[in-house]
Amino acid sequence: MDFQLTDDQRALRTGVRELLERCFPRTRLRAMVDMADGDGAERGAGLDRALWRGLGAAGLFALRVPESAGGVGLGLPEAVLAFEEAGRALLPGPLVATELTAGLSVPGALAAGEWAADAVRGEAVVTALDEGDALDERDAPVKEDALVEHLASADAVLVLGPTAVEVIAAEAVARSAEPIRSVDPATPLHRTAPYRTARCRTAQRRTAPERARPPVVPPGASEALGLAARLRREAALLTAAQQLGSACRTVELAVDHAKRRTQFGRPIGAFQAVQHLCAQMLVRAESARSVVYAAAVTEDPGDIAAAKLLADEAAVRNARDCLQVHGGMGFTWEADVHLHLKRAWVRAGQWQSAAAAEEELAAGLLSTVETCL
Amino acid sequence: MDLAFTQDEEDFRRRLRAWLADTLPKLPDRPHPADWPGRRAYDCGWQRMLHDAGYAGLHWPEDAGGQGATPTQHLIFLEETERAGAPYVGAGFVGLLHAGPTIAAEGTPEQRARWLPPILRGDEVWCQGFSEPDAGSDLASLRTRAVRDGDAYVVSGSKIWTSHAEIADWCELLVRTAPVNADTPKHRGISWLAMPMDAPGVTVRPLRTLAGTAEFAEVFLDEVRVPVTHRVGEENDGWRVTMVTLSFERGTAFVGEVVACRRVLEALARTAKANGRWDDAVLRRRLGRLAAECAALWRLTQWNVSEAQRTGGVPGVGGSVFKLRFSQVRQELYDAAAEVLGADALDAGQEWVADRLSSLSYTIAAGTSQIQRNIVAERILGLPKGR
Ligand SMILES: Cc1cc2nc3c(=O)[nH]c(=O)nc-3n(C[C@H](O)[C@H](O)[C@H](O)COP(=O)(O)OP(=O)(O)OC[C@H]3O[C@@H](n4cnc5c(N)ncnc54)[C@H](O)[C@@H]3O)c2cc1C
Repeated sequence: MDFQLTDDQRALRTGVRELLERCFPRTRLRAMVDMADGDGAERGAGLDRALWRGLGAAGLFALRVPESAGGVGLGLPEAVLAFEEAGRALLPGPLVATELTAGLSVPGALAAGEWAADAVRGEAVVTALDEGDALDERDAPVKEDALVEHLASADAVLVLGPTAVEVIAAEAVARSAEPIRSVDPATPLHRTAPYRTARCRTAQRRTAPERARPPVVPPGASEALGLAARLRREAALLTAAQQLGSACRTVELAVDHAKRRTQFGRPIGAFQAVQHLCAQMLVRAESARSVVYAAAVTEDPGDIAAAKLLADEAAVRNARDCLQVHGGMGFTWEADVHLHLKRAWVRAGQWQSAAAAEEELAAGLLSTVETCL
Repeated sequence: MDLAFTQDEEDFRRRLRAWLADTLPKLPDRPHPADWPGRRAYDCGWQRMLHDAGYAGLHWPEDAGGQGATPTQHLIFLEETERAGAPYVGAGFVGLLHAGPTIAAEGTPEQRARWLPPILRGDEVWCQGFSEPDAGSDLASLRTRAVRDGDAYVVSGSKIWTSHAEIADWCELLVRTAPVNADTPKHRGISWLAMPMDAPGVTVRPLRTLAGTAEFAEVFLDEVRVPVTHRVGEENDGWRVTMVTLSFERGTAFVGEVVACRRVLEALARTAKANGRWDDAVLRRRLGRLAAECAALWRLTQWNVSEAQRTGGVPGVGGSVFKLRFSQVRQELYDAAAEVLGADALDAGQEWVADRLSSLSYTIAAGTSQIQRNIVAERILGLPKGR
């Protein structure tokens, strides 16, 4: 057992961090955020296509795609490390959905859609709509108001329904969706109408064939079921990885500030009340890290549920504590803290919610399958 | 990043499992918690069985009589023994985790030969005489004095919260050998002595814990003569000697208990299912969250252990991070248990109620949570020294 990063993994992490510092420095984040300016429209927050292509060219979406399909041929742990860096840098955009769609380009696994190949290269912006996994509407209603991020900028939507996995043109979803004033200025959100999949599918059929690219549909329903479940798990994990990156970044921001800011003639970091806030932040981040990395290695649903739960908690609560350490400065638009908190809220609502993760873990306690412990 | 075990590690696990399956049924019945001589005999008997089977001092270096196992093997050992329901290290705790490793690292050949084999065989029990009535968190301000008189130190003062003092043969004793003044800050001037508990002048007065048991004691020292040859490390260098040991302790000291937490949680879920409490979504979700916490504690342990393995066996700072989270989770677990068990939560005759009470010590013993946070803030995060 060697549960530490390999040299290659360390190099990858450093590489991604440097890439993001170059192509998405803080100044760009601020420019984007300041344009969006909270009036809710997607004005300022439109996705930068050149940036997206750059990320694609650097292989961010293709880490797990086999080399034969134009990818880098690495695994989930590497994708998790890269997404941790993305979370640290507050990189905007439907990163998870585009990465998952790129993964569908694997020959043989599915009737490969063109969207997938475009996603690999960063030519397509693919967002996601998770309609829940309830098979029977009587058991649990289809998610009433699923939110879709960056819909106006997207080319396509990866739709995960109870029995279907599809990649469909973004217009088809946009038709039945309303923009909301997103709390996160860098993540525009749309609210979709219920039972959208069925309606979209009809709409899709009516679109002219040359405009509609072929949807990605697996051959059989049971395969779709397995695929949908796998994609949901991976989405939850990659989202958790971003939360981890954000949680670690807010520890750094808090510690830096605590060392520099002076009150009562000494750095506030010398006050124990501040020290203990920072210490607890580190404990949260490191606890989350250990489960997120383990889940990347085991791909076990229970590990992934634990990872999402604890990474969401770490990101949200660390951002709050970081805000507290910043004092009045923390409550301003200038400091980046609020951006971390708002993005963490958005991501906590994506894929596996806290309630769903806790239910899954609770069910695991009653199962007879032997766990890692 | 790899959580798979090597063939050697798998073989080790298989042999250990087989041995445990064969051996545990032969153990005598557990003694009553208040029966101290019985507990000592039981714990030492278990240590003897481990010794005879080649599992004594698994993680100790071979030249100290240990097995020289890797941190991962040690982890497997702790995991499997707990999973099989084997006894805890119990009375052997201080000897095996504390005094022994300190003597192994800092002792002379004579000292190693005198003290290490009986610890490994389960023949001699050690206790830890660090804390004093006025020196707990601020351990370095201890006042128990040791004055040199020929070939002996004459020790006077008192120690408190000394676990297992009643049944111990030896005490790892921190004493002041130089007064505190401008030239000698309080961290210097401390020495580490091995004191026989039956020496004239040693009085042990048991203290009753909140669980009603007598786990620890006050130890009064009235001109106790301890040979100078019983000092481990240089005179006045005992603080450093002590820190060497403490850093080894935290990484793995609680491994078995993390495994136990998961087991308790599964038992609680089954109980809740049986008594109807499982239908309470709030409680059910709370148990689910605790499962995530257990998973994190386990992964954190694996992370720390493989870090130790990479850096040659020296555990990193992860120990304080782990202890903070673990001590909190352990207490939350028993609070959830009280909800599941309803009226039984007030029945002190229930075994788990005793466990609930004992979990209250985790945020205090071995460095309080506040002290751990100070360590994390100053030593890991590099924040300025606080006051
Ligand atoms: C079950 C149990 C077994 C033990 N076994 C042993 C043993 O075998 N041998 C041994 O030597 N000791 C033993 N101890 C003692 C233990 O190490 C001490 O109790 C512990 O270090 C705290 O010291 P104290 O009790 O003097 O509390 P204090 O130091 O008086 O602390 C009281 C409170 O003040 C807080 N506090 C103190 N200083 C600071 C600070 N600088 N910043 C913030 N908060 C602070 C503490 O966190 C705590 O909340 C045991 C304790 C327990 C509970």
